[in-house]
Amino acid sequence: MNVARYWRTEKTRYGLVGETCRVCGKPIFPPRDLCPHCTEAGQDLRTFGGRGEVYSFAHVTDAPAGYTEYQPYTVALIKLEEGPLLTAQLTDVDQSDVRIGMPVEMVTRKLKEEGENGMVVYGYKFRPVMHE
Amino acid sequence: MRKVAIVGVGMIPFGRYESESLVEMLAMPALRAMDDAGIGDRAVDALYVGNMAAGMFNHQSAVASALADYLALLPAAADTIENGPASGGSAIKNGLLAVASGYYDLVLVVGGEKMRDVIGPRATDTVATMTHPTAEYIYGVTLPSLAGMFTRLYMEKYGVTERHLAQVAIKNHNNGLLNPYAHIHASITQEGILDSPHSVVNSPIVSDPLRLYDCCPVSDGAAALLLCPAEMVAEFKKPKVVIAGFGQATDTQTVQEREDPTDLKAVRLAAQQAFAMAKQTPRDVDLAELHDAFTILEIAESEHAGFFKKGEGARALEEGRTRIGGDLPINPSGGLKARGHALGGTGVAQVAELVWHLRGEAGQRQVKGAEVGFSLNFGGFGNNVTAFVLRREA
Ligand SMILES: [Zn+2]
Repeated sequence: MNVARYWRTEKTRYGLVGETCRVCGKPIFPPRDLCPHCTEAGQDLRTFGGRGEVYSFAHVTDAPAGYTEYQPYTVALIKLEEGPLLTAQLTDVDQSDVRIGMPVEMVTRKLKEEGENGMVVYGYKFRPVMHE
Repeated sequence: MRKVAIVGVGMIPFGRYESESLVEMLAMPALRAMDDAGIGDRAVDALYVGNMAAGMFNHQSAVASALADYLALLPAAADTIENGPASGGSAIKNGLLAVASGYYDLVLVVGGEKMRDVIGPRATDTVATMTHPTAEYIYGVTLPSLAGMFTRLYMEKYGVTERHLAQVAIKNHNNGLLNPYAHIHASITQEGILDSPHSVVNSPIVSDPLRLYDCCPVSDGAAALLLCPAEMVAEFKKPKVVIAGFGQATDTQTVQEREDPTDLKAVRLAAQQAFAMAKQTPRDVDLAELHDAFTILEIAESEHAGFFKKGEGARALEEGRTRIGGDLPINPSGGLKARGHALGGTGVAQVAELVWHLRGEAGQRQVKGAEVGFSLNFGGFGNNVTAFVLRREA
């Protein structure tokens, strides 16, 4: 992947910027040209709050190239408070403590280093909610 | 539309091919299929090659052109068909449509993949490229991790247990022992892969809750079919087996965008279409080859394809109904679990297996008296699925 491609999706990865469909009103994440719910075009940008819960998860011990130095890591489906599901890694949690329904919040973390020049790619991860 | 028959079938054992090139590997089952039909000096009009990722695994593109030349089929039309792990199903579909339309009479369909040129994390990465680049892939998502999350949801919702998953693996390994084309010829037991203290060594966790024996092997392998209009079957030497039904459907690219991630919508729709076209129902089916890339998928697909009610696939498995000798044998070939999974080869190998059973040529694993067979090829994590109903006819 090239630098420009990371740059284009930065807002989504750093700030949980998604969209609200102007036609059907449903939340959309990540942003896209046509609404997956009603197939119409036209969305307004919105920032999701970054709170949600673990919907499902798997602990990865056979990571793909580029991620082997970080394994074992946990990949999860996160259900955001606003409704949409997204896919992310969990962080700051012991694997044996992860449960479906566990409240989590977004943090920005290093996803990986890439290429010969060691470009660091940052993005969202989710950690258990520390306090209410 | 003309009715389309399969008059020739060929396969090579799945496993590891060190000394053969990809094209040599694809040529072997193609020659066997033509020989099986007794093609004589008839010319093949077109070749469709199902292959997902020769560009990445073997640093080769334009595979169909290379194979047409290697097989001395020139000037036959030739196309490579890529649809992820359902490339084989899509290649058959293209052959089916071409013959059904009347445009071509004799079509060769070959599916295959030479995956083991690339090993370990690089192979895992190559397979992961079928996920969404910025919504899944970048977060270190793998196919086993998607299957792991799906398994956990299915366990919560439908009471599927690790024991059920082990039963899929054991059944399919037992079937694989009877299949000379299978990648894995090894008997496994519940004791060995689940219950004993050694089970963590024998079947280590791959993507918790999935263990090694919940996942299919990475295989080199290829299979081929020769198609013609049903009215031409008498010119060849084999009994008449027709493609009675076909279906294909897509679903959201990512799992995260599905309203209910345990609902395999594309499986349901593809199967419904195939049964509707064949004017048959799941009850008519004598054997099914399903896409058990992960053990949970055999259970879930058996429900979504309409053989069992949602949530009852595991019980049918437990009761032995899906064993050879049961009322609906599933994956008598050993499935992806034991026959092996060679991406673009799998969909074609599934249909080849059905043809052998419908002809009564499946040897020790023969499902007795089989007249109707069903196959399902699952692309992505269920975002592009093909299904076939095959029937023996007089
Ligand atoms: Zn909309």
